[in-house]
Amino acid sequence: MIEILQYEFMRNALIAALLASIACGIIGVYVVVKRIVFISGGIAHAAFGGIGLGYFLGVNPVLGVIPFSIAAALIMGVISKRTKIPEDTAIGILWVMGMALGVIFVALSPGYAPELFGYLFGSILTVPTSDIILMLSLNAAIIAVVFSLHREFQAISFDEEYATTIGLPTERLYLLLLCLIALTVVLLIRVVGVILVIALLTIPAAMSRQFTHRLSSMMFLSVFLCAVFTICGLWLSYAFDLPSGATIVLVSGTAFILYIIPFSLVSLPSE
Amino acid sequence: MQHGWTIVKLEDVWVHFDGVPVLEGVDLSINQQDFLGIIGPNGGGKTTLLKVILGLLKPSRGKVTVFGHPPEKGRKFVGYVPQYSLFDHEFPVSVWDVVLMGRLGHKKPFRDYSEADKKLAHDSLDTVEMLDFKDTQIGKLSGGQQQRVFIARALVAEPKLLLLDEPMASVDSPMQTELYELFEKLRERMAIVLVSHDISAVSIYVDKIACLNRRLFYHNTKEITVEDLEATYQCPVEIIAHGVPHRVLKEHK
Repeated sequence: MIEILQYEFMRNALIAALLASIACGIIGVYVVVKRIVFISGGIAHAAFGGIGLGYFLGVNPVLGVIPFSIAAALIMGVISKRTKIPEDTAIGILWVMGMALGVIFVALSPGYAPELFGYLFGSILTVPTSDIILMLSLNAAIIAVVFSLHREFQAISFDEEYATTIGLPTERLYLLLLCLIALTVVLLIRVVGVILVIALLTIPAAMSRQFTHRLSSMMFLSVFLCAVFTICGLWLSYAFDLPSGATIVLVSGTAFILYIIPFSLVSLPSE
Repeated sequence: MQHGWTIVKLEDVWVHFDGVPVLEGVDLSINQQDFLGIIGPNGGGKTTLLKVILGLLKPSRGKVTVFGHPPEKGRKFVGYVPQYSLFDHEFPVSVWDVVLMGRLGHKKPFRDYSEADKKLAHDSLDTVEMLDFKDTQIGKLSGGQQQRVFIARALVAEPKLLLLDEPMASVDSPMQTELYELFEKLRERMAIVLVSHDISAVSIYVDKIACLNRRLFYHNTKEITVEDLEATYQCPVEIIAHGVPHRVLKEHK
């Protein structure tokens, strides 16, 4: 495995995998324990609109994704908190509208969009150094926010209504958490693409919660698992010439299934 | 204090959900040393009433004052113990962290808990006799133990009023007696409002009883009339022993 690191694209891929794992492990824990997998999927898919916007404006599509996914997160959050529209309905609608906007933007852009497939399903082998720098700064922002507000995030995840009664600004904290999810989606786009993001946001965190009842330990563990899955997936995709994003997702999913089987057998109802 | 001994006052409070009234013209005064039991059938608006006092629900009509302020401001003096079933029992959090959550409204944002916060958490867990379990995951405890932890979480904020929503649900009877003894101890420090659908459980310990089924029947005493009970439960009621209502029975033909 060492000899493949002589290529710059492989070194960048490895660094990108590790950087994505950090954000993904931390934020994925909140996604799983607060049970906001669906809204996270909505943000990730709506982010495709930002990729289209990037093409349309002729800038790096990842730069289009940042404002677009944050806007999607805020709109979904506000609609689910403030209106009577059922939350899952609102998410479903914004989910497809974001993607549809992306398609329209790409169609309106001059020329052909050869890398589009990469943004949908990941293209970790083509991560430029500029993206690595972007990923570093997004990670720094996510870690700084979680480090200073982890008590508050824990409280709104455990019982949002109670958190309101003790005077926490729960709605603003929730919207901030959704924005962190949006930024994590941006980090993960290069690794697995917008369609497959949700796998890495849920699988490592869901596995790590079986081992500990501390959120911080869960985060360290899921960062580790996420790194193992992405690196294994990366190596397998290199060795067998398979699409990297899909391979990473299948490695994670297979690990989850293998790991969960003994638990499922034990918890069968015994007469 | 301009409100004398009254700490919470509701005047003609109405709450509607999708146009359907859940509370109708509720008037209620809670005084500084009250131990008030609010009884009524499930769906009678008991939880709604507590949420109005906590500022979680805005009444469609009427006025609510909590410690002389609107509920959003006054609730910092109120400790709340929500209904037992309303949390994720698998949630990865220790008893100690659950109790400290009660201090979040008082600690400075972006800071960790102070030594004073930790001392209060320690003392509250000691009061409810759960200090030995502080490192246990919350879901691993029995119903009664969890209830004690949630009471401790309310106590760390040093409330002047404690609101308990169905505290005896999922608690076995020996533990229920222990919980009532705990409330006896706590009432020296704060007013307590206890909401329950079970009259027999409430009646022995509280010193005032109100009946709630959309409308509130309350005479600032422990005496409740048969008429009040029948209006609340909307069925004939039989009262047994000690002049205190102990049981609500369907009429047998």
